[in-house]
Amino acid sequence: MASYSLSTTSKLADDRRISQRLRWLLIIAGLLTVLMVLVPILIVAFSWSSDQTEVWQHLMATQLSTLLRNTLVLSLGVGIGVTVLGVSLAWLTVMYEFPGRQWLDWALMLPMAMPAYVLAFTVLGLFDFSGPLQQGLKAYWGEQFALLDIRGEGTVITVLILVFYPYVYMLSRSAFLSQGSDVMEAARVLGARSSGAFFRIALPMARPAIAAGTALAVMETLADFGTVAVFNYDTFTTAIYKSWFGLFNLPAAAQLASLLLLFVALALFAEKRSRGVQRYTQHRGRLFRQSLSWPKAWLVSAFCGLVLLLAFIAPLIQLILWALADGLEAIDQRYLHLLWRTLSLGGLAALITVLLALLIAFSRRAVRPAWRGVYDITSLGYALPGSVLAVGVVLSFASIDRQLLVPLFAALGMEPRQLLVGSLFALLAAYWVRFLAVANGPVESGMQRINTSIPEAARSMGVGGWALMWRIYLPILRPGLLTAAILVFVDVMKEMPATLLLRPFGWDTLAVRIYEMTSEGEWQRAALPALTLVLAGLIPVALAVRQSSKR
Amino acid sequence: MLSVYRYIGRRVTLVALLFGCLLGCEQATAPADTPELVVYTARKEHLIKPLFDQFTTETGIPIQYITDKAGPLLARLQAEGENTPADILMTVDAGNLWQAAQRQVLQPIDSAVLGENVPVQLTDPDKQWFALTIRARTVVYSTERIEAGQLSSYEDLADPRWRGRLCLRTSKKVYNQSLVATMIAALGEPETEAVVTGWVANLALQPFANDTMVMEAIVAGQCDVGIVNTYYYGRLLKQKPALPLALFWPNQQGQGPAGRGVHINVSGAGITRYSKHPAEARQLLEWLSQPEAQTRLMDLNLEYPVNPAVTLSPPLQALGPFKADTVNISEAGRLQAAAVKLMDRAGYR
Repeated sequence: MASYSLSTTSKLADDRRISQRLRWLLIIAGLLTVLMVLVPILIVAFSWSSDQTEVWQHLMATQLSTLLRNTLVLSLGVGIGVTVLGVSLAWLTVMYEFPGRQWLDWALMLPMAMPAYVLAFTVLGLFDFSGPLQQGLKAYWGEQFALLDIRGEGTVITVLILVFYPYVYMLSRSAFLSQGSDVMEAARVLGARSSGAFFRIALPMARPAIAAGTALAVMETLADFGTVAVFNYDTFTTAIYKSWFGLFNLPAAAQLASLLLLFVALALFAEKRSRGVQRYTQHRGRLFRQSLSWPKAWLVSAFCGLVLLLAFIAPLIQLILWALADGLEAIDQRYLHLLWRTLSLGGLAALITVLLALLIAFSRRAVRPAWRGVYDITSLGYALPGSVLAVGVVLSFASIDRQLLVPLFAALGMEPRQLLVGSLFALLAAYWVRFLAVANGPVESGMQRINTSIPEAARSMGVGGWALMWRIYLPILRPGLLTAAILVFVDVMKEMPATLLLRPFGWDTLAVRIYEMTSEGEWQRAALPALTLVLAGLIPVALAVRQSSKR
Repeated sequence: MLSVYRYIGRRVTLVALLFGCLLGCEQATAPADTPELVVYTARKEHLIKPLFDQFTTETGIPIQYITDKAGPLLARLQAEGENTPADILMTVDAGNLWQAAQRQVLQPIDSAVLGENVPVQLTDPDKQWFALTIRARTVVYSTERIEAGQLSSYEDLADPRWRGRLCLRTSKKVYNQSLVATMIAALGEPETEAVVTGWVANLALQPFANDTMVMEAIVAGQCDVGIVNTYYYGRLLKQKPALPLALFWPNQQGQGPAGRGVHINVSGAGITRYSKHPAEARQLLEWLSQPEAQTRLMDLNLEYPVNPAVTLSPPLQALGPFKADTVNISEAGRLQAAAVKLMDRAGYR
C-alpha cells in the first residue's frame, strides 16, 4: 500500500507517515474483527475437550454413513445445480436478446426473497398427494391415478437449487456484464466457436464470481435444517440436532458442528489454491446483445420463464391463496410492528456487516500476502447451523457478562445485571458472524477491480488518507458494497434460529412469527407472515435491480 | 494533517455513540422498580400470550417473554447462570422439563395450590416443575377402511397385518421420543425395540414432518392408521368437519402393560433457580393452574386441562373418556436418550 518514491516535499513525507499509521490501524481493526468472528466458533470447537465417545459410537453404528452420503449427494447436487442454472441464466440474459429479456433480467433475482423453508412447505402443499395438483389429476382420471409421494432426494435438491441459484446468478451476471462482449468478439474473430469462447474465455474470467456464489449456496445447504426437516431428509445437520435435542448432548452436537466447519474450511481453501495467483483485474467492456432467431428465442424465454414460475410465481400464488383462506384479521398494530422490526434489523445488520467487510478488505491489503488467508476465517460462520452459532454467541457473551461486566457494575455500586446477552448488540453480533461471508464476496471482487496503479496515481497527485478513500475507493466500490448490503439485508430478514434465541424482549420478526406457526405444522397460518416476508424482501431486491440496471 | 485525525476521531465517536445508544435504549425500556416477570417459553406465542395479558390485567404484574425451542432456551439459561433475567422456564414435553431439572436450572416450588390443582404423576418428584396442560397421543384411523374393533394397542400396530398401512411422524419429534420412552418404562427395552421395528416394517410411506401430514396421508388413502396428538386432530376437523377420520384410545383393556392406558404428555413450567421474583413467579404458575386459566388454555389449543376440577369443553367431550397411562411423566425424560437410540437402531427416521 505504501510504495511510492516521490517524497521531495514535506507534505508527501507527512502523508507517508499518516498512511503508515493508517495501515497499522487497519491491520489492528481488521484482526479484531477476525477475532470477534472467531470467538463464538472457537467456543463450539472447545467442545472437543469433553469425551463423547458413546454418542459417536452410537452414530457410527446406526446413521452416520447414511447421513454423510446424503449430505454429500445434497451438497454436490445443489452445488452443480446452482452453478449450471445460475451461470446459464446469467449468460443468456447478458449476451442475448429474446422476448421478455428486459424484465426476466431482474425478475430472475426475485426468488432470493423466498426463504428456503417457505418454498419447501409451499412446494409440498402444491405438489404432494393431498395438494391441488395431484388431487385434481385424481379427480380427472379417477382411481387409476396413483398418488405420488414427492418427498424424495430429487425434490429436496430441486427446492434448494431454486432458492439458492440467485446467488450465482447475481454474481456471475455482474461478472459477465463487466467483461462485455468485446472479449467474445475478439475470440470469434480469432476463429473460436461461440461455445468454445464461452468455456475457454468467459467462464474462466468469471470464475471468482461463480465460485463465490456457489460457495454461498453450498454453505447454506450444509447449514440448513428447516428445509430438509420439512421433507424428513436426514443430513449431517440432523445428527447435530438429534444429539442436542434428542440425546440432550450439546457438546456432542458442537463436536459434529465443528467437523462440518473443518470440512467447509478445507473446501474453501482448496478452491482458493486451485485458482492460484491469477489476478482478475477487469475493465468495463462494451456490450452488444446478440439477437436470437425465432425458435431459439422463444425456447430461451420459456426456459427462463419456467424457472421463475417454479421458484417464485407458483409458490407466491399458493401463499396468497392460503393467506386469504386463513383470513387477514391477523394484520393489526402488532403486525406492522413486526414488519418494522424485521426491516430495521435487516437494515442495521446490513450496514454494520458491510462496514466490517470493507474493513476486512482494506486490512487484507495492508498485510503481507502470506497472511491474507487469515481473513478468510470470517467467512466460516455461514456454514455453522444457526442454532449452534446462536449458542456459541450466547456462551461468549455470557462469559463476558459474568467475568467482566457484572463485577464492574458491582464495583461501581450499580445493580449487577447482565448487559450483553439479550441485548440488540448480541443479536447483531450473531448476524455479522453469520453473514460476513455473504458481504465478503462482492466487496472483495470490487476491490480486485481496483488496479494498484489507481491509488498510486492519486497519491502522486497529493490525494491520500481519507480523501483517497472518499474520492477514489468508495465510488469504485459502490456497486459491490450495495450488492453486499442487499444480500445481507435479505438474508438477515429470513434468518430464524439466531433471531429466536438472541432477540431482545419484544423484538419479534416475521421469521419468528413463521416459526411459531410452522413448528406446529400450521402452514396455512404461516402463509401471511411468509408472504409479508417475501414482499418485504422485494424492497432490497428491487434496489439491487435498480442499481444493476444503472451500470 | 491534524484534520485527518480529527475526522477519524469524529467518526469513531459517532459509531461508539450509536452502539452505546443501541445498548442503552434497550436497557432503558425496562424500569427497575416494578417487579416484571421474565418467561422463557417453548410454548407458542399465540397459545400463551392471551393468558399472560390476562394475568397482567388482573395483577398488574407485567410479563416479558421470548419464545424458542426448549433446547436453545435451556442452553441460554445455563450459560447465563445466576445473571439470568428469566424467572420461569415453560416448555412443551415432559422430557424437556426433566432435562431442565437435571441441569439444576430450576428450584423446588413450595405451593399448596399447585399441589392441589396438579395431579402428582404430572409433577416433578422434587416439585421443580408442574404440568399445565395434558396432551394425549393416540391412534387415528380411516373410518372408510377400518372398524374401531380392529384396533387395540400401540403394540398391535407392529403386527404384520398392518403391513403397508401405517403412517408415522418422524422419530426426531420429541412427542414420539416420549411415547417410546414410556413404552420402555412399561415393556422394557428389548420388547419395545421389537415393537418399533414392527412399526417401521409396517410403514406405508417414510415418516412425516408433522402430525397433520400423517392425517392428510390417511385421508388421501396412502395409509389407514397413524399415531397423533389429539389437538392436531381437533384442529384439522375444525377446518374440515367431514373428513373420514376418527380417534381410537389404545391400551384400555387387559392386564399389566397392555392395559396401561393412553400415552399422555404435558406442557409445564418451573421457576428458575436464580429467579429475582420467585414469589411473583409462583403466583403466575398458581394462577395458570386455576380453573379459569385452565379453561382458557383448553380452549386455545384443544389440550386437556391438568386441573381435574375443570369441566371439559364440548369438542373434548366429543372425543370420549379414556384411561391415561399413570407412569410418572418424568420417566419420559429419564428414558428419552435410550428411546432415541432405540429408534435409530430400529431404522425409524
